[in-house]
Parts: sequence; C-alpha cells; structure tokens
Amino acid sequence: MAKYLMLKHYRGAPVPEGFVPMERWTPAEVDAHIRYMRDFAAKLERTGEFVDAQGLAPEGTWVQYGGEGKPPVTDGPFAETKDLIAGWMIIDVDSRERALELAAELSAAPGAGGVPIREWLELRPVMSEPPTVTE
Amino acid sequence: MASSAVDESLLRVLTPEVLAVLVRRGADFAAAEDAVQEALLEAVRRWPDEPPRDPKGWLVTVAWRRFLDAARADSARRRREDAVEEEPGPGPVPDTDDSLRLYFLCAHPSLTPSSAVALTLRAVGGLTTRQIAAAYLVPEATMAQRISRAKRTVAGVRLDRPGDVATVLRVLYLVFNEGYSGDVDLAAEAIRLTRQLAARTDHPEVSGLLALMLLHHARRAGRTAPDGSLVPLAEQDRTRWDTAAIAEGVAVLQAALARDRLGEYQAQAAIAALHADAPTAAETDWVQIVEWYDELAALTDNPVVRLNRAVAVGEADGPRAGLAALAALDGTLPRHTAARAYLHERAGELPAAAGLYARAAREAGTAAEREHLIRQAARLNTLLREGG
Repeated sequence: MAKYLMLKHYRGAPVPEGFVPMERWTPAEVDAHIRYMRDFAAKLERTGEFVDAQGLAPEGTWVQYGGEGKPPVTDGPFAETKDLIAGWMIIDVDSRERALELAAELSAAPGAGGVPIREWLELRPVMSEPPTVTE
Repeated sequence: MASSAVDESLLRVLTPEVLAVLVRRGADFAAAEDAVQEALLEAVRRWPDEPPRDPKGWLVTVAWRRFLDAARADSARRRREDAVEEEPGPGPVPDTDDSLRLYFLCAHPSLTPSSAVALTLRAVGGLTTRQIAAAYLVPEATMAQRISRAKRTVAGVRLDRPGDVATVLRVLYLVFNEGYSGDVDLAAEAIRLTRQLAARTDHPEVSGLLALMLLHHARRAGRTAPDGSLVPLAEQDRTRWDTAAIAEGVAVLQAALARDRLGEYQAQAAIAALHADAPTAAETDWVQIVEWYDELAALTDNPVVRLNRAVAVGEADGPRAGLAALAALDGTLPRHTAARAYLHERAGELPAAAGLYARAAREAGTAAEREHLIRQAARLNTLLREGG
C-alpha cells in the first residue's frame, strides 16, 4: 500500500480547455458537481482507500520568525500569480496506477453542461517509513 | 432486568456525581477523574451481564477502589504520605453542589477554551477521550494530552466555592456550536449538560442558554437538505421543526425573562423564539427581532450582532435600510459580503448581487457555506442569462 496526495489548486495549475468558473454554471450543474465529489469520497471510504480530505480557505499568509522578542514577520495575502492550494485528498492505494486512475476519475467531475471539467490535479506520493526488510 | 446494552446516558448523568463523591472523600481531582473513567469503562464491559441494582453505588465503589489502587501504587513507589489509604466512613451524602463545582472547575478561567471544553466533556459529560477526539477530529493521543494538561492546570484550584457561571455557559455554548461530527452528537450533549446545570443553579442566563439551544436544535432537521447542503432559514420546511423542543424552549425562556435580569443568551433565545414562532418566513416579526438585536447590542460589543441586526433591519424596513446599516460596519466581518449580496438581491439589483455572492463564496469559512453561496451566484447568473 502507498499513500498519495491529490492536490487541487485555486490558482497555479494549468487551466483546462473550455474552463468556466463555477458561478457561471446553472444551480443544477453546481449540485451535480458537488454530488459527484461527495459520492467519490464515499466510494473510497467503502473500498478502504480513503484517508483524509480537507478544503483550504483561499486567503493565506507567509510567516517567518522575526527574531528574539520580536513578533512574527508576515507577508501576504498572496499575489495573484502565486500557486494557491484549494484542498487535498489523501488516498491509500495498492499501486501508482490505481492512484492515477482515481485522480483522473476525480478530475472527470461534471461542470457546465454536465461535461467533465477535466481539472488538472497534482498527484504526489507521500513519503513512507523505511521498510522493515531492507535486504 | 436483562439488557443487552449499557444505558450510556445513565452513565453520563452519574459521572459528575461519582466524581464529586471521590473528590469529597479526599481524592485529588486529576486522580479521581482517571479513576472514574476506568470505572465507566468497566461498567460498559460488565453491566450487560451483571446489571447493578444501584448503578451509582456500583460506580462509586469501583472508582474508589481504582483510586486507592493507584494511590497505593503511587505511595509505595514514592513512599508518600498514606492519608488517602484508609477508606473514610460514609460521611455526609454529597449534595448537588459538589457536582456543580465540577462544572466551574472544568470551565476555570485559567484553562484555554479548547482545554475547558475537553475537560468538561470528559469529567462532567462522561465521554471517553476517544469519543471527544473523534468529535473534534483530532488524534486520540492529542486529545489525551490536552485533557491531562488541563487537569494539571486546575490541580491547585480549590473546589470549595462556585465560580462565575458565565465561564461555564461559554464552554457549553462552544460545545453546542460545534454541532455534529462523528458518532457523538455534541449539540445534544451540550443541551444535556446545560439542562443538568439549570437543575442545579438558579440563574436566568443558564435558562436563557438552555432555551437558545433548544430553539436552535429544534430546527436542525430542516437546516440541511438530504444531500447535506445548507437550507437557509427562509426556505426551511417548517413542518420538520421539532415543535415539542420549541414549546419547551419558549417556556424556559419566558420563565427566565419574567425574572427581569436580561442577559445575552436570553436575548439571543428571544430572537430564535420569534423565528420559531412564525408559521411562515413571510410572517416573521422582523420589527420585534430588530428590537431584540438592539437589546443584544447593548449587552455585548460583538460585531456579529450588529451584522445580524443590519440584515434584520433589511427585512423590517427594506433592503435599502439594511444596506445603509451594513455600510456602517467593518466590511471584513465574516458574512458581510454575503449579507450585502442578499440585500442587493432583495433590492432587485441582480448583477451586483451575483458578483457579491461569488465573492462571498471565495471568502466563506466553511465548505457548506461556500457551496451555498456559489449556488446563489449560479442561480442569479442563470436568471440574468435567461432574462437577457
């Protein structure tokens, strides 16, 4: 088993062809999209491959140690060009092929006109503990 | 009486009483609390086969034995004083004040809000660390640490006099507001603990908070659609509201208000009662609601109150008046943009409203709120496309 992180971006990911922002969809299309995402997570819970999923608020701040006795140094909100993560799902699967398959399925969530949005998701292997058997 | 499962609600009612007996017998709070937790776990294991005749007596006996075992192990190791070794006589029967003091201890001002919440749920509520961790979506080890640190923080606090009831109410309010996640219904648990507190104290704000909780909880079934999405108050199916809980909340509130010592929770409950009273959203008495918001604003400087008041003004005096009231407030307040979007829509300014709903969705603090707001933007944009 190996864990993978599927990252969704507000900004910074390649923009899929024919991208339409969600507020330009119809309410029924919004509902269908949300239902698809919920069903996807529920399905992974049933197959025993779901680990965690969280959404992140879009506003964020860079923070740095400000020195002895000084308040933290902050910078932000992020400039428009910055890479901005919207949320993640962590899955625990048998193979990289399975992880790719699931990420593609998530990316096929319906959008305007019921057409798959084909959103680009970032798939990252989670580093694991060293194995017990090493030779 | 043979029963297959242990009555967990009985265990939880007895938890603070049993803990109070141990503390009264001379056990220090932290050790007594551990002993009671162990007794509760043993009860869950043994009661299905051997239901006790006197559940509280059983718990006290087992918890006391566990406490003595731990204290003996401790004193043998450290060669400490043996003051707690001898089991004292029955002594005076502990009165309700003992468990009442536990509420104050667990909400002690030296504790952070999250610690006070965790300690209250365990020591007064009788929940296990695992249940509390699941309810707050943190690892069990994290919650165990939070609880043991909290117990160390209050270790030196004397349990001999009640504190400020407002601190206890704040903790119970926090528990209630966390709502529902995992297998523990925190809202129901908060109501149970507040009801228990109300039975042991005589304070109109305790009743005010109990009424507030009952009135909000009564609407829970109507608040979410079958797919889990939020349903705004105006669109809720009012036949799904729990009329018995509303009636109880209103009665509790009226008795509290009759005592003429108004506080924040009573004022909030009065607003909730006015919503609960309206047979339809259109029949809501917004003028009275604005008056209650004025009372509330005089009692607290919470800016969220003024934001909600502005929305109520928009309903009572029209969207223009509401927008004027909003304009006087800090635009970065949570839900400020959402409120503006709503009032612009009511004023018939759909393009402005659609843009504001989309912006409010980006600023939303919860996924459910974001989905709700994006749906509003989508609805207006669809209307505008079809209309033009």
